Amino acid sequence: MTARYSFGGDEHVFVEVDEEMSLEAFFKSLSITNAVKQAGIRGVTEICPANASFQIKFDPDVISPDDMLAELKSLEAAAEKAESRIQTRIIEVPVFYRDPWTTETLMRFRERHQDPNSTDIEYAARINGYATVDDFIKAHSGAPWFVSMVGFVAGLPFLYQMVERKRQIQVPKYLRPRTDTPKLTVGIGGCFGCIYSVRGAGGYQMFGITPMPIYDPKQEISYLRDFMVFFRPGDIVKWKPIDRAEYDDTVAAVAANRYMPKVREVTFDLDEFNKDIDGYNARLEGVLNGH
Amino acid sequence: MAIKVIAPGLATTVQDLGRPGYYHLGIPLSGAMDRYALVCANLLVGNDEGAACLECVFMGPELEFTRDAVVAVTGADLPPKVDGEERETWTSFPVKAGQRLSFSFLKAGARAYIAVSGGIDVPVVLGSRSTYALGALGGHEGRALAAGDTLPVGAGAGRAGRSVPAALRRMPGKPAELRMLPGLYWHRITAEAGRHFFADTWKVAPEADRIGYRFRGGRPLDFVPREQPFGAGSDPSNIVDACYPYGSIQVPGGTEPIVLHRDAVSGGGYFMLGTVISADMDLIGQMQPHTETRFVEVDMATALKARHDREAGLQKVRDALA
Repeated sequence: MTARYSFGGDEHVFVEVDEEMSLEAFFKSLSITNAVKQAGIRGVTEICPANASFQIKFDPDVISPDDMLAELKSLEAAAEKAESRIQTRIIEVPVFYRDPWTTETLMRFRERHQDPNSTDIEYAARINGYATVDDFIKAHSGAPWFVSMVGFVAGLPFLYQMVERKRQIQVPKYLRPRTDTPKLTVGIGGCFGCIYSVRGAGGYQMFGITPMPIYDPKQEISYLRDFMVFFRPGDIVKWKPIDRAEYDDTVAAVAANRYMPKVREVTFDLDEFNKDIDGYNARLEGVLNGH
Repeated sequence: MAIKVIAPGLATTVQDLGRPGYYHLGIPLSGAMDRYALVCANLLVGNDEGAACLECVFMGPELEFTRDAVVAVTGADLPPKVDGEERETWTSFPVKAGQRLSFSFLKAGARAYIAVSGGIDVPVVLGSRSTYALGALGGHEGRALAAGDTLPVGAGAGRAGRSVPAALRRMPGKPAELRMLPGLYWHRITAEAGRHFFADTWKVAPEADRIGYRFRGGRPLDFVPREQPFGAGSDPSNIVDACYPYGSIQVPGGTEPIVLHRDAVSGGGYFMLGTVISADMDLIGQMQPHTETRFVEVDMATALKARHDREAGLQKVRDALA
């Protein structure tokens, strides 16, 4: 895993930690960006970790691009030795799969899809080798997902499935992006899951919707009062399939401001995880459910 | 003091110099597309350089003032009128209580900046008054202006009759030239495709807004063959979703380049060719659909010199209006 450095014009350094996605690449990116934060380099204006890369925005009137590059390269060497262990949160996110709103939207954009004769979730189930949509939902919600980037639009989490590579779900993005996606749609593109934080354009396959808001610019929702964006890189998400009745109840609870997401503090250790993925995930789920 | 919005124009928003610091959460820089013009407008009416103005695109709003103020309009050649009587652009003029500010048809450019003495006094959100409409954040209720809105204005006297010298008014040339530093995923395209990209004349597509400017008319890009890395997606223009630098040029499917601007999506899965240099980002905000455009390859030294020259130009404006 050799990092590739490139300037993004005169105000950014872009660093591709690895060409392909892996939790190892994410951890290296997180570790270097944390080191950049701690180093307090003058002239740095934005530090943006991504899935297997990161970007630093800087003011070239304060630090020259070459000096900025040299600082980052020196921090990369230090990050190699960093521990792959983080203190983070595990969060249960309810999902109403095959809901009427994403279904209506996907039907409206059928001509932009690889398979106009099936729904997004039927198509995803088939190309990933699942006999039924229910089996696919079991695979999607059966193991936790890792928030490996926050961005695209305000507060949107990119999620990476915590299973061995041969079991990871992969789907192509729409042939041409949609101009509309319902707010809080749960979807996948490439190997990444996401929750659309706001209504707008999108290209990921749509599988369902969550009643749990994750972005509130007015900061009125109780659990978003401290900050308008819910997710941060390193968070772990466990999907919980729900039906229409539970969806409606949760929407009502959110509206009445008495909904609180299920969140537990947890330590994640990449080396321990890699030794026994299913066992480790079961322990994470134990922390979430308090046993 | 307040301004009543009689007619909103096409997409008039409150903007200042922007909202840095939250890009890692998908909250873009926002702020004026032509920051040079915004600073000039503020200097003309005696505001702080980063005070909030109105940014209007292609078409001006109609506004009624509840008290006397000094106003300046910079950027696009969109002639202002006070109670129907035309005023000059890039020049400060008085508007009295009860008078209406409206605009003639656009003659050149795309975005005009309306500065009012005292500045548009909407609440500061995450350090800025700029509107980020996609995220319903900042500005006036997180959206473009609508008829019937009332905008608060801060205190400030201003001075009418001041003007930015013609030589210091920055606009794109014909064809427009955008200087660009190749990089990011430049290695993904063939050497010949790289030559075509700079040789071809592109045109601004109708999809050109605060998020990004799309271009058409050049030859499609050829990619260097490779087996796509895990997680990237199957199209050769796909990458493992990464951050998009402000000003970066992505080319989905290798066909139509998109330059990301102030309300950019902060990341995604399309490869990027490089980045428009910081000094030329203001010019994009003044380009209308169908504007002929060339991308010009530069190195870092040229980018830094251009940045210095832009700042020196602003310094001359400050000196001229001091």
